[in-house]
This record gives sequence, C-alpha cells and structure tokens, in this order.
Amino acid sequence: MIDTTCTIAGILFKNPVVMASGTFGFGREYAKLYDINKLGGISGKGLTLKPREGNSGIRVWETAAGMMNSVGLENPGIPRFLSEEAPYWEDLNLVRIVNLGGGTLADYTEGAAMLDEDAKKRAAAGHPAVDMIELNISCPNVKAGGMAYGIQTETAREVVRLVRSATDLPLIVKLSPNAEDIVSMAVMCQEEGADGVSLVNTFSAMKIDIRKRRSVFNNLYAGLSGPAIKPIALRMVHQVCKHVTIPVMGMGGISSVEDIVEFIMAGAETVQVGTHNFVSLRAGEELVQGLEAFMRSEGIRSLGEIRGIL
Amino acid sequence: MTTASILDNTRISSDVYLMTVSTGKGGSPGQFYMLRQWNQSPLLSRPISIFDAQGDSVKFLYQIVGEGTKRLAGLRKGETIDIEGPFGNGFPQVSGRIAIVGGGIGIAPFYYALRTMPEADVYLGFSREPYLVDEFRKLTDNVTVDVGGYILDKVDFASYDKVLVCGPNPMMKAAQRKNEAAGGAGKVFVSLENRMACGIGACLVCSVKSGSSRKKACADGPVFAVEEVVFDD
Ligand SMILES: Cc1cc2nc3c(=O)[nH]c(=O)nc-3n(C[C@H](O)[C@H](O)[C@H](O)COP(=O)(O)OP(=O)(O)OC[C@H]3O[C@@H](n4cnc5c(N)ncnc54)[C@H](O)[C@@H]3O)c2cc1C
Ligand SMILES: Cc1cc2nc3c(=O)[nH]c(=O)nc-3n(C[C@H](O)[C@H](O)[C@H](O)COP(=O)(O)O)c2cc1C
Repeated sequence: MIDTTCTIAGILFKNPVVMASGTFGFGREYAKLYDINKLGGISGKGLTLKPREGNSGIRVWETAAGMMNSVGLENPGIPRFLSEEAPYWEDLNLVRIVNLGGGTLADYTEGAAMLDEDAKKRAAAGHPAVDMIELNISCPNVKAGGMAYGIQTETAREVVRLVRSATDLPLIVKLSPNAEDIVSMAVMCQEEGADGVSLVNTFSAMKIDIRKRRSVFNNLYAGLSGPAIKPIALRMVHQVCKHVTIPVMGMGGISSVEDIVEFIMAGAETVQVGTHNFVSLRAGEELVQGLEAFMRSEGIRSLGEIRGIL
Repeated sequence: MTTASILDNTRISSDVYLMTVSTGKGGSPGQFYMLRQWNQSPLLSRPISIFDAQGDSVKFLYQIVGEGTKRLAGLRKGETIDIEGPFGNGFPQVSGRIAIVGGGIGIAPFYYALRTMPEADVYLGFSREPYLVDEFRKLTDNVTVDVGGYILDKVDFASYDKVLVCGPNPMMKAAQRKNEAAGGAGKVFVSLENRMACGIGACLVCSVKSGSSRKKACADGPVFAVEEVVFDD
C-alpha cells in the first residue's frame, strides 16, 4: 500500500496535491473535466469581505515559461461565497480552504469572523463546507499607500494576530516572495499561532509595451507565476522549512510529479499547484495518478520517507 | 490533456491556415477550443473558434500572429495536438433577418454559423487578400465582400433583426456605436477575443466589464449582446 496522505492541523489530506488559489475557481469548472475529489484539497479564489471588480485592462501576459496576472482579486465577496459556493463545497470530499484577502485590517477580521460563524453553524448542522483558512497577506494595504501587508514582518504580524483571534478554524498564512525576509515572516506566523504557512504567492513583475511607452498593465506591476519561478520558490520553501516546525504548503511553478517530489524533499508537507492547471486542465488528476506511480516505481511507501531530507 | 490527431493543416492565404483535427467532441457555432502543441514555452493554450464541425472532425481557421499560431502552422498531417473543448456559449439561436459580419480572421466562427442559418446575409471584410469567400458562396448567394475598407459600413443595421459580429476590437466597438445609434437591445451580438488562460471560467483573466458587474469572456461568452459589453482598453 502506498501512503500519500499528509496532515495539517489535524486535517487529513488524501494526497499532497492541493489546487492553488485563483487558478481553480471554487472547483466547479474543473469538476466537469475530472473527479476533483481525487485531489488532496483546493484553495478557492481569494475572497474579500465585499465583492471586488478587480483590475481593468489586460490581465494576463505570457513570459518565458511563465505568466503574469493582474486579476486584482476580482471576487464575489464572502457573503455570496457562503450562499452560492459553500453549499457546493459541503458535498466535496477533499480539504476545502478559503483564501482570505483584505484591504484594511477591519476587512480581514470581519471576513474571518464571518467565515468562523458560518463554519460553526454548518458544523452544528453536520454539513461543514470549509476546513481551513489560508490568509493572503499579499493584498495591498489601503492605508499604507498600497504596499502589501506581506512585505514587512511587523505589519503582517498585526494581520495574522487579529485573524488568529477572530477564528477557531485552522489557519494557514500564505507568504509573499516579495517579503523583505520570508524566513522571519514564517517564524512570526508560527509565533502568532498559525497552523501552517503556504508559499509562495506570485512575484511582483513588469512588462513594458515599448511602442506605447507604458506598462501593459493598468496597475503597473503584475504577479509572475509558472515554471519560471520554480527554482526560487523551491529555495524559499527549503529555507522556511529549516526555520519553522509548523507544516508548510510549498508552491511556485509546480508542473510535474518530479516538481512535487522536490518540494516535499525540501520539507513541504503538501504542495499547491496553480498555473499548471492552465497548461493542462486535467493536471490534478494527472499529478495524483503520477505521484502514486512514481512512489511505486521508486519503492517509496510514504511521503514521510522523503520529506525534508535535504 | 486530450490528444487528437491532425488530419490536415493547409495554408489558404499568406498567413492563414485551416486545420482539421480528429475529434468527435463537436460543438456549436461560436464555441471554441483551447489548443496547444508545446510544453512550457509558450505556456498557455490558444483559444481558437470552431470553423466547422462535422462527425468526427473539427476544423480551425487561424492566422499567424505570434509564437503559438506559428507553431500550429508548422504541424503536419499525422502529428498530434492537445485540445480541450468545446468551451463558451456560442451564438444564440436566432431567427428573422440575420446579418453575419466577419472582419479578417473574425470570419472564422461564421462558416459553421452560416451552415446552421443559411438564410443569413454574409458580410466579409479583409484588409488585404480575401480568403475562403468561395466557400461561403457555396452556402449562400448573399455574400458581400470588402477589401481595405470598413465592412460594417456596408451593413444597414435597421434592415436586420439580428446582427452577429466578429472582428478586431475597433470593429466591435464600432458595431456598438452603430447599435446605440439604432437604439437596439438584444439585436447585435459580438464574439470577444480577450486574452485567456484557463478557457473554462476559473481564472478570471479574460473578465469583461458588463454594466456594473463582470462577466467571463470564456464561459459567459465569448458571444455577448453588444450593449452588455464595456470595452475598457
Ligand atoms: C474565443 C476566441 C476565439 C478565437 N478564435 C480564433 C480563430 O478562430 N482564429 C484565429 O486565428 N484566432 C482566433 N482567436 C485569437 C487567437 O486566440 C490569437 O490570435 C492567438 O492566441 C495568438 O497566439 P500567438 O501565440 O500566435 O500570438 P502572441 O501574440 O504571441 O500571443 C501572446 C499571448 O496573447 C494571447 N493573444 C494574442 N492575441 C490574441 C487575441 N487576438 N485573442 C486572444 N488572445 C490573444 C495569446 O493567446 C497568448 O497568450 C480567438 C480568440 C478567442 C479569445
Ligand atoms: C490567475 C491567478 C490568480 C491568482 N489569484 C490568487 C488569489 O486570489 N489569492 C492568492 O493567494 N493567490 C493567488 N494566485 C497565486 C497562486 O495561488 C500561486 O501562489 C502562484 O501562482 C504561484 O504558483 P504557480 O506558479 O503554481 O501558479 C493567483 C495566481 C494566478 C496565476
């Protein structure tokens, strides 16, 4: 028997393949293509308390082995998620993660409190829909001229502390690779009682249209993801794993079974797969099957045998 | 990924190709497939409309504009291609007096559309050398062609119940202005060409402003009633 299971905050993942926020909607679209219950989990599209329209203009640009996105957190808002998407999530048999963003501290805490209250109601009724919160601190801080919360450790500490006290749901903090010091950021999350960290979010990046002499993005910068970022993401995951004892969800450019194995060898408990979902809409199914086949052929019985060996 | 074999891939004008792929997935006029035949660079798949679908094959008409379409053009009969689809809403089922207006490679979805509504009048506009006009003429006598001008100028919106438009963005904006002038709602439909990543409605990079909300060009569209669309670039 091959054991692909992983655990974060006592929650069991069938396998380490979790779909990354913003690349998988709330799962419905991919569910038309394959049985998404084969996945370890999904992190839904980033949510904010109020609905957001997102950015205007071009939102995607390809780069060598990567892409930049400037979606700008378009989302239906937490109340509509709870009424329209959560009922669908109730019936899923995988770890369901809400990705929580915000523009102000109040947005974050009210959002977390609303999710918490709803989770308690659904749990009491025997139909939970959300298993954990992934706190996205890469959002621009409205009051600090738009600099992301996730750049400076002490700014982020405030958000993590407030959200931690606003919910009893397991809490993962998603780190930005643009942080001044990603290791101190992860250590701070552990100190503040987070159940884990996930990394990395997209790298802040740019593309200039030299004929129009302006950025192709109305928002100037955009977030780079995909295979191009994988080597840096892997190094960051490795560094963070060396300095915290809470579990780490590793991501950034994962596009093959071998990539997943690398992140686990670097110390990740699970991985997340984002952009690769666009390369192959059936990536989830392919990676889950491929990982088992790889473990069988390499004689690896459980992921614990290879986790953090470097 | 779903792999299909290429039955034919023929150049039909200086930079336009017609590819026939073996797949029984079909689809309706105005829907599209996501195509790729590469690994990590380019990274994304390319959305291409159904030019025609019959039995176990689907045809795509495409113009070389960059790396992806150049790679598609290099494929030979017998090679394979990864395709997913069909996606998108497609053109609405319409009746009455119908005009189909294609600008350049924007004619791509209209051959199949015309097969399902052969009574429509067809307007094809090209900036340079026209292509496939004879194929359209085999389906109807009412084909108007323009080279180098503005094909929309040849369409009298008032004399039609429905007008379906696909072409470059400026042409679709012009269709919107003409529609506003005629005061129509639910009359003019455009097929949008927004940059896409997933193609199925999950990633929101192709999002379109529509009134006070947003829609997904790939899943709610690509065909929209023109008054619903707020062009923002
Ligand atoms: C729903 C839909 C249907 C389409 N149907 C057809 C068709 O039948 N025939 C045809 O020739 N073209 C069609 N297009 C346009 C076609 O997708 C682009 O020409 C193609 O993606 C360009 O890729 P490239 O690598 O050659 O160009 P590049 O410019 O190198 O592409 C760079 C990136 O921009 C995107 N991109 C560039 N131009 C467009 C565009 N016009 N629309 C959308 N994305 C673009 C590419 O997908 C890629 O991600 C359609 C587009 C959409 C959205
Ligand atoms: C189109 C798109 C939208 C994204 N939206 C979100 C989001 O809402 N919240 C978030 O935390 N991360 C978001 N991300 C970041 C991804 O979840 C992931 O961290 C990043 O893309 C790196 O992984 P990848 O290289 O596998 O894509 C988004 C990424 C993409 C490509």
